[in-house]
Amino acid sequence: MNSWMVALLLLAVLSLAYQQGWSLSRRLATPEGRLHSRPAYHGSLVAIWTIAPALVIFGLWALFGTSASRAFILANLPAEIVDTGGAALQSAIQRVRAIASGFGVAGEVQPYEAAAGEALRRFQLIASATVLAAAAAFAGVSLYFARRRIATRLRARNEVERLVRYLLLACSGVAILTTLGIVLSLVFEAARFFTFVSPIDFFFGTVWNPRFSTTGAGSGQYGLLPLLWGTVMVAGIAMFVALPIGLMTAIYLSQYAKPRVRSIVKPMIEILAGIPTIVYGFFALVTVGPALSAFGASIGVDIRATSALTAGIVMGIMIIPFISSLSDDILRQVPRAMIDGSIGLGATQSETIKRVVLPAALPGIVGAFLLAVSRAIGETMIVVLAAGNSPFLRANPGEPISTVTVTIVNQLTGDQDFASPQSLVAFALGLTLFVMTLFLNMAALYIVRRFREQYE
Amino acid sequence: MTNIAKSENTDMNMSSGPFVDVANTPKQQRAPKARVTAQNVNVFYGQKQALFDVCVDVPDRSVIAFIGPSGCGKSTFLRCLNRMNDTIEGCRVEGDIKLDGQDVYDPKIDVVELRARVGMVFQKPNPFPKSIFENVAYGPKIHGLATNKTELEEIVVTSLRKASLFEEVKDRLHEPGTGLSGGQQQRLCIARAIAVSPEVILMDEPCSALDPIATAKIEELIDELRANYTIAIVTHSMQQAARVSQRTAFFHLGLLVEEGPTETIFTAPNDKRTQDYVTGRFG
Ligand SMILES: Nc1ncnc2c1ncn2[C@@H]1O[C@H](COP(=O)(O)OP(=O)(O)O)[C@@H](O)[C@H]1O
Ligand SMILES: [Mg+2]
Repeated sequence: MNSWMVALLLLAVLSLAYQQGWSLSRRLATPEGRLHSRPAYHGSLVAIWTIAPALVIFGLWALFGTSASRAFILANLPAEIVDTGGAALQSAIQRVRAIASGFGVAGEVQPYEAAAGEALRRFQLIASATVLAAAAAFAGVSLYFARRRIATRLRARNEVERLVRYLLLACSGVAILTTLGIVLSLVFEAARFFTFVSPIDFFFGTVWNPRFSTTGAGSGQYGLLPLLWGTVMVAGIAMFVALPIGLMTAIYLSQYAKPRVRSIVKPMIEILAGIPTIVYGFFALVTVGPALSAFGASIGVDIRATSALTAGIVMGIMIIPFISSLSDDILRQVPRAMIDGSIGLGATQSETIKRVVLPAALPGIVGAFLLAVSRAIGETMIVVLAAGNSPFLRANPGEPISTVTVTIVNQLTGDQDFASPQSLVAFALGLTLFVMTLFLNMAALYIVRRFREQYE
Repeated sequence: MTNIAKSENTDMNMSSGPFVDVANTPKQQRAPKARVTAQNVNVFYGQKQALFDVCVDVPDRSVIAFIGPSGCGKSTFLRCLNRMNDTIEGCRVEGDIKLDGQDVYDPKIDVVELRARVGMVFQKPNPFPKSIFENVAYGPKIHGLATNKTELEEIVVTSLRKASLFEEVKDRLHEPGTGLSGGQQQRLCIARAIAVSPEVILMDEPCSALDPIATAKIEELIDELRANYTIAIVTHSMQQAARVSQRTAFFHLGLLVEEGPTETIFTAPNDKRTQDYVTGRFG
């Protein structure tokens, strides 16, 4: 069943239903009996009621179709293959599906495979015909009833409004449910990890040495602290670079720059935000790292090319537009009247900024800062390339470190066995990261609200 | 030029008119000397001219009201007097404005000092998001008017007293100024302006965002302040102009149509346009 055809068909049904509702309601409108709702609403209402049951049927098929066909394949495969289970069964099912779809498969086609494929093909044909027929039947029936409801007093407008509201609610529900799903999968996988390693060893351990799952025996040590320390250090350096530069840029743009300068400078700074982080990673690895280490050598300080410092500085550059752009918007929201009040008292522009504009904008700036921190914590590519991937507790920023994000990448790339603690630890790390950024964002919101109450 | 000549004549009338504060000391009975003089003021916003050859004198220790339909340039003129127009992109001021004989637009003049001498109160109360105390202390701190904490406190309290606000806020000086009612906020803004000891106070429709009771309080306050300050007030309410001012200037389409003792402007204006405006025929 071609999904494009189905979509076209649905559209056709939709417009037919709309037209039906529209023209029928118009015919009802007599000079004395005024319609409660305009014909367009009647049309929409009929269209919605007609299409909704069909959509539900297609939705059910999309949800359960695959498992239904899987059950059918299993019923058609020889018992000894079904009994093997695992990967072998999985690939057998794949082959049958491929044969049924006509794409063909690599290697010799076994007779039982051919039979199962042919059966599956017929099954799918019948199934899709059934689904189509059911959808059409439901659409027809509901079209009939929806048409019958049309009357001058039918409050079609109110009903359409309500249905539209449900539709919008459902859409926002999708985002929430997705987030919930992600969190739940993180939580369950992390819980599996904690059956291997105790949470105390994980959260308070100072050694990170997971070994490899392939070497078998011994599950290694999973101390979070070295990674957390690396994350905090890199994010700290990044904010140390980004906050002053970003904030001062914002002050210049919002308070001093002439409109023409602003219209050129602002987009240019925002280009910085559009550079893929992997490119920043190159930049750190190829340019900044060697330059820093040469500079360190010239003043007698040992700075490694890949280090917390390199990653932090480049990450700071990446975050500048984030801070400057957010702060600029916030600073521009400080009422003109407040600035005039200060200027009118004889304050200079910089006094006004220091004593009136910045204090008034502080909550917003703190919020922007915390959002930037949570971005820095979650940033991956730059640290993968430039931080040195060395998970030890070290205080010197000139040494290589590793972060939570880098470690997640390491644990999930290469040959994976998703039942081993070596892989599962990635979920525990992801959960930690998620909780950290969640708290930062909540703190940002809370602070912003507190200051608002105080000042407005 | 004719305006100047006219205003000199009418000054004489005024000393015998009903609007002279009889309770005042004899030294104020003599013809009020001009504190601020403006001659041939032209203001442009970009290409657009907003004021045409305006000539007005603001007499010492009295209230002058600027009235006229909205958009006629009252605020623009007021902002010329303390150079607030400097902050507006593309605004250009021509002409001759003097404060105590000193050219306000002289490039050598210190704008900061000028604005300390010519305070301003805005249309919408605009207290800073700081405590009541800090709001009033803002100007003195910037200008270094107090050498220690006690002096600062004294300035703040005196200013709040002069603005008739002290009694209402004395128990909550350290609460945010934004928590006050609209009328109190506006009096706080007046206290804030007074705190830097200005000679002239400019008020741009100070009551337009307030209810009648708060308005009455501010008008009463303006009447008290007249003893020590020179006040120029923009208002859209003719009753207000009649109640608080001694002289009134009527603006129309960027022109100063007529200026004279308030009573004359309202009862026997020379110009047809003034007549139409004060009798409510347009505006
Ligand atoms: N910042 C500005 N930029 C451009 N034109 C302005 C600006 N402010 C005022 N104007 C124009 O100058 C004229 C006088 O304005 P204004 O002094 O505010 O009038 P009023 O206070 O009497 O209502 C109006 O035509 C207005 O459009
Ligand atoms: Mg105005």
